[in-house]
Amino acid sequence: MADVRGSGNAIPSKAVMGGGDAGFVTTRLEELLGWARKYSLFQYPFVTACCGMEFMAVAGPRYDVARFGAEAPRFSPRQSDLLWVVGTVSQRQAPALRRVYEQMGDPKYVLAFGTCASCGGFYDNYATVPGIDKIIPVDVYVPGCPPRPEAVLDGLMLLMEKVGRGNRGEGLVAPPREVPAMAKIRKKGTAVYFGQERMREEKALTEGAAPSVAELLEQSLAERPVETITLLSKDGETSKKSHDDHH
Amino acid sequence: METNYEELDEDGQLELPAEPMRLNMGPSHPAMHGTIRMVLDLDGETIVDVDIQPGYLHRGFEKSCERGSWNQVYPYVDRLNYVSPMLNNVGFSLAVEKLAGLKVPERCTWYRMILGELARISDHLTCNSASLMELGAFTPFLWCIKTRDYVWDVLEQETGARLTHSFGRIGGMAKPPTDLFKEHTLAVLPQVEEAMAETEQLVLRNRIFLDRMQGIGKLRPERALALGVTGPILRSTGVDYDVRKANPYMFYKDVDFDVPVGHDGDNYDRFMVRFEEVRQSIRIIRQCVEKMPDSGTVNIDDVRYVFPEKQDVYDTIEATIAHFKIVMEGVKVPPGEVYSFTEGGNGELGFFIVSDGTGTPYRVRVRPPSFLNLQACREMLVGDMIPDIVPTFGSINMIGGECDR
Amino acid sequence: MSKKVIERLKAQLGGKILATSDFRGDDEAVVAPKDWLEAARFVRDDADCAMDHFIDLTAVDYPERAQDGEGPRFDVLVFARSSTKNHRVRLKTRVAEGAALDSIFTVWAGASWAEREVFDMFGITFANHPDLRRILMYPEFQGFPLRKDYPIEKTQPLVPYREIEGIDKLPPFGPDMGQPWSRVDWNERLHGGDVQVSPAIGTQQGQRPSLSKGPEYLPDETPEAE
Repeated sequence: MADVRGSGNAIPSKAVMGGGDAGFVTTRLEELLGWARKYSLFQYPFVTACCGMEFMAVAGPRYDVARFGAEAPRFSPRQSDLLWVVGTVSQRQAPALRRVYEQMGDPKYVLAFGTCASCGGFYDNYATVPGIDKIIPVDVYVPGCPPRPEAVLDGLMLLMEKVGRGNRGEGLVAPPREVPAMAKIRKKGTAVYFGQERMREEKALTEGAAPSVAELLEQSLAERPVETITLLSKDGETSKKSHDDHH
Repeated sequence: METNYEELDEDGQLELPAEPMRLNMGPSHPAMHGTIRMVLDLDGETIVDVDIQPGYLHRGFEKSCERGSWNQVYPYVDRLNYVSPMLNNVGFSLAVEKLAGLKVPERCTWYRMILGELARISDHLTCNSASLMELGAFTPFLWCIKTRDYVWDVLEQETGARLTHSFGRIGGMAKPPTDLFKEHTLAVLPQVEEAMAETEQLVLRNRIFLDRMQGIGKLRPERALALGVTGPILRSTGVDYDVRKANPYMFYKDVDFDVPVGHDGDNYDRFMVRFEEVRQSIRIIRQCVEKMPDSGTVNIDDVRYVFPEKQDVYDTIEATIAHFKIVMEGVKVPPGEVYSFTEGGNGELGFFIVSDGTGTPYRVRVRPPSFLNLQACREMLVGDMIPDIVPTFGSINMIGGECDR
Repeated sequence: MSKKVIERLKAQLGGKILATSDFRGDDEAVVAPKDWLEAARFVRDDADCAMDHFIDLTAVDYPERAQDGEGPRFDVLVFARSSTKNHRVRLKTRVAEGAALDSIFTVWAGASWAEREVFDMFGITFANHPDLRRILMYPEFQGFPLRKDYPIEKTQPLVPYREIEGIDKLPPFGPDMGQPWSRVDWNERLHGGDVQVSPAIGTQQGQRPSLSKGPEYLPDETPEAE
């Protein structure tokens, strides 16, 4: 398994898909794996405190984390690849948390659920670890005390984007569709602007490389008249994954 | 050790010898709610002794309270029993008001009662459904969580937060009720009744549920009293101690409700007592909604404790000074020490507060019902088997924030 | 609450009750540490008291009282209730630092964990307690966090923190800007230092520089005016 934890872009290793007389499809292995991983995150819920109540709500019928393929809890760290740290981690709890993290197999991802897990929140005292990133690396921080389930799902989608991309760079906020008239008046320096710049850079870097599995899949889907599935455009300006659960 | 392989137990089964074994459970274990560690001494599968170790969620509640002003305690109080934060808010408000000798307006008291009972419904729904989930019954969990979200919608409409409201204030509430408060509250109650009825239909004739709940985790009433157990667990043993009846606070003596008690003090009784309490809470809420006046203030008229009207702060120097003093120095509570207790989600939620007359609490001690209930868990578990830990621990409703503070 | 319990205690224990109080309706009786166990046993066993329900046991730290020689440092309180008569009492005693108090574990079994917690948080030892060890903090922890002279921010990590750039927790305000009015620096106060509660008063008394003076009190970055 290649190291996916380094920064930078996906390693352009090639794999042969399909074959036979009809030709062959090449893609990057990392992208294939990332695409597969991001819709089947097996979670280890390290639930300690108040945020657990919202964690229940996220798993409940109204918000339904199953839409994102991340609903299956595994209470063995060895079977899971996403560690939800839900709630305050005290100094006494810290060795347990680090041990659970160390027992997880690579690649592993950590989501800090709530302010306490992110930075300790207002428990800046003798008993509390000021954020789990003092103990283990964190991929996505979800602020809120506790965060609303919508915020949690947003954090999960950010994490899925990172998993799919295959590197641990900054999480990317999905930019909205660009309206040319708006682009002229939009100021540089906003989050949306950065998001689009980033997309263009990534696009430029992967220019000329073989199309990813996701793109191939979408091409084949595009030929089918299925209206309910939101398709990804190949256009660089608008390319972004939809949040629908068409996996 | 010399073993006699010929020994038969009372069922005529051959008793196989077992080495005594020490097993660690938790803190990161799905049945331990993430914060409790149990060191079990086992004889085969039977629990000989258990050392329960709380403290994995100790986050310095009492020390943190000694740092801020009196009103800054509310966010910490919210996170004690985080399944029913509003009951903690009300309990702390009553404690400070007892020390300061304040009497809140009638409308505020009814408002606190309704919000508190809604929080109790949310607490008991969560506890019962989570313990069912731990027994493998996932469907009632989904139903109850869905219904709890409806209850939270009402609380969110009133307070602006789904879970941690920080809505209580010394001498009143942060905001008066919204216009549609009564309608929203009455609309959610049938949903709760329906979810409970469906859950009971699903589990109460289920052999697995009954076998794992009935006769498991028994506690005797006299031991429960000596161990300081309160709340649904004490009532399940047959002792009818409910603070709302025994020492009525607010207007609980003016509403009509019953105190459900169990008989055996086992898991089944605790489960049934909790659901019956939800029904009584619904009764209380219906009466409160009828009696609560539709207009009037919810705060006392005393600028030493409550912010003046915002418009007055802009217009008059007196109100500006009062506002400044509350923000910068905090509410000055007269010196003294009192113990005030209310019926929380898990039992008698007491606040022992000491004031030295400044704007900072000298000491805020919370009597944590979960902590003392958990202590009694050893008596419930010893003699039972390993699989019995899951329903027994679930029915105690140990809430880490309150137990470890 | 009735006055009956206090009167009964006074009649039966006589001079052992040092003081009583019914502030805001809470019945309280103060006893000497040597009579602690006896008083607790009496309120449980006496037919008129019959306090069979353990409620709580806790302590309060008054370091200045010990420093000024006005009395022992800690108050230890036990709360009990009668399940048959539904009345309550609060027993209080005063314990010096380092002195041991008799455990009332034998009177109410529920006092066991509460005494462990008081030992953990205040460092008060209980004689004859069967299992006196820390309960909320970990065994490696040094000091007693709820004592006033334990600094609230002083952590004792079990796991060394990662040494990585950019994970430090930054306070939202400078040290003198965050909640200054209500924070008491107990270490300084116990050493006869700064006892003021407001930076404004402190400035007037020359204890600290004015907020309007000195660059260290200004935020490092002013937000860009758009």
